Amino acid sequence: MTDLLTVEGLTKVFGRKASVVRAVDDVSFSISPGSITTVVGESGSGKSTLARLILGLIPPTSGRIELNGKDVTNLPNRELSGYWREVQAVFQDPFSAFNQFFHVRRLLARSRRLIGVDGDALEERMQFALDQVGLDREVLHKYPHQLSGGQRQRVMIARALMMRPVLLIADEATSMLDASLRANVLNVLTDLRRDMGLTILFITHDIGQACYVSDRVLVMKQGKLVESGPADDVIFRPQNEYTQQLLADVPRLHGEV
Amino acid sequence: MARSQRAKRGATVTLDVSGVKDAPDEVGTGHLLSARGLRAAYAGRTRDTVAVDDVSLYVNDGEVLGIAGESGCGKSTLAAVLSLTARPPLNVLGGELDVAGKRLSFEPDKAPPRSWRGTVVSLLPQGAMNSLSPTMRVGDFAVRIVAAHEGKVKRTDALARAAERFTQLDLPDRVLQAYPHQLSGGMKQRVVTVLSTLLDPQLLIADEPTSALDVSSQRVVIELLREMINQRLVGGVIFVTHDLPVLRLVADRVAIMYAGQIHETGPTEDVINRARHPYTGALLRSVLVPEPQIRTRRIAGITGSPPDLAAPPPGCRFHPRCSLAMDVCHTEQPPIVGDERHYATCWWAKDHPGEPVEAHL
Repeated sequence: MTDLLTVEGLTKVFGRKASVVRAVDDVSFSISPGSITTVVGESGSGKSTLARLILGLIPPTSGRIELNGKDVTNLPNRELSGYWREVQAVFQDPFSAFNQFFHVRRLLARSRRLIGVDGDALEERMQFALDQVGLDREVLHKYPHQLSGGQRQRVMIARALMMRPVLLIADEATSMLDASLRANVLNVLTDLRRDMGLTILFITHDIGQACYVSDRVLVMKQGKLVESGPADDVIFRPQNEYTQQLLADVPRLHGEV
Repeated sequence: MARSQRAKRGATVTLDVSGVKDAPDEVGTGHLLSARGLRAAYAGRTRDTVAVDDVSLYVNDGEVLGIAGESGCGKSTLAAVLSLTARPPLNVLGGELDVAGKRLSFEPDKAPPRSWRGTVVSLLPQGAMNSLSPTMRVGDFAVRIVAAHEGKVKRTDALARAAERFTQLDLPDRVLQAYPHQLSGGMKQRVVTVLSTLLDPQLLIADEPTSALDVSSQRVVIELLREMINQRLVGGVIFVTHDLPVLRLVADRVAIMYAGQIHETGPTEDVINRARHPYTGALLRSVLVPEPQIRTRRIAGITGSPPDLAAPPPGCRFHPRCSLAMDVCHTEQPPIVGDERHYATCWWAKDHPGEPVEAHL
């Protein structure tokens, strides 16, 4: 099976001279269709910069990104909107991602500019997107302040699904939610993979969440990929010293403190 | 009816507390802090939202008490009440607080003594590390804290005091010269933690001090808190969080809060391994930790959300979300089950004495 996304030697350097930061440093990996790949690492390890590079929100310093065999590294602006029909993202903060004055219907309907459908077809897409994330049509009339954090994040996933993307990037999408809601939102992601074959790139600092959802895990440290492989191997049989340290620091519910 | 039941419940707890006569410490003096019947409400246009409803708890000397629960369960409100920082629209309606031999009775329209703040109890608020002024050096901030409470203090004296405290806790005292943007998130959190205890409070109330940090920094902050207790810089800590695995690292005892009330409390390992309240069990089951069983099991989380505290459900407040709810839970306040060491307020627990709840969910 050919890979959906391939990243080769991707590098992003911020700043100049003395203050140079290699936020993403020669990162290469690939994602197969219908899989959930998780990037884990501490704050400042370059996880979010990697997400922004793949989304085409910032240009890389060097390296190459391919989606379905097509080079998408430095797309011109007119091709970016087409790219975003295929690659969508959900970000960390479910509170600031909303326009407080738009109800959910207006938020979802804004995607018609990108997908070019209207009327019944648009309604159908909305219904489909809401079904996928387990929300009722009732939420269409609600404003963001009337929704809980978990509901907001599910609306954001529904918004991304309006595009029927092939790749969904979830950048710390569950980090600001309570533990009791986190599992619900993660289940939405795993169900999307199972029911629609959606490919997901999940970014988190929480190895517990990575352990729950991932097929593959990539570990980042200071911009570099230090370990990658099937989730079971990376989490239960880590080879890299840094991964071992990261796992040792995770507070557990059972066993030694 | 509801009132009298609540009163009775409060009484039972007090009775249990006095029941441990043969403990080495005498009752009252053994507790660094004990609070009884705390009630606090946010004033609304039409009705009040009672966010802390008849909460009684104690913290022993040298102990960390963890308070856990979902968002919107009143944890931060309880922290504000205990730290005497409640301000309108939050009003403390009643209750009693004993801290280090001093007694305070909360009455409406009577403000607690300002001099207690920071010296008897100190609050480390949620997100404190992001409220350091970006234009002020950490040292200047320390000087202002001391000056605000002790009046005219020489700048050099205050700085020396802060430097000594930093050195004592193995933090480099050069951070006093630094601006917040020069410090990492973990270091900022350690800085505000140390600054919050600069006035030697008996009790530190830390509200979600580790929630914004990654696991390695979390550990460092927890070790810092432990070290402050070991060196007797603070008498005890109340640690508020929604993260149960973190509590296992830091807390000696935990109290599980739901809808403004404490539903279970006990020694940390007891509560985690032999939870008696279905809410505790549900919280434990939604924890995602990197352990093999997580990969094969579907974690359901807890369906629904905490109730609107302006109109809490009758009977047990958790019954609409509880998979073990019985008819009685819908109408009657649940009884206290267990002993003073570990108890839960639950009808199911009453019918199943000594059984851990987790296997039944």
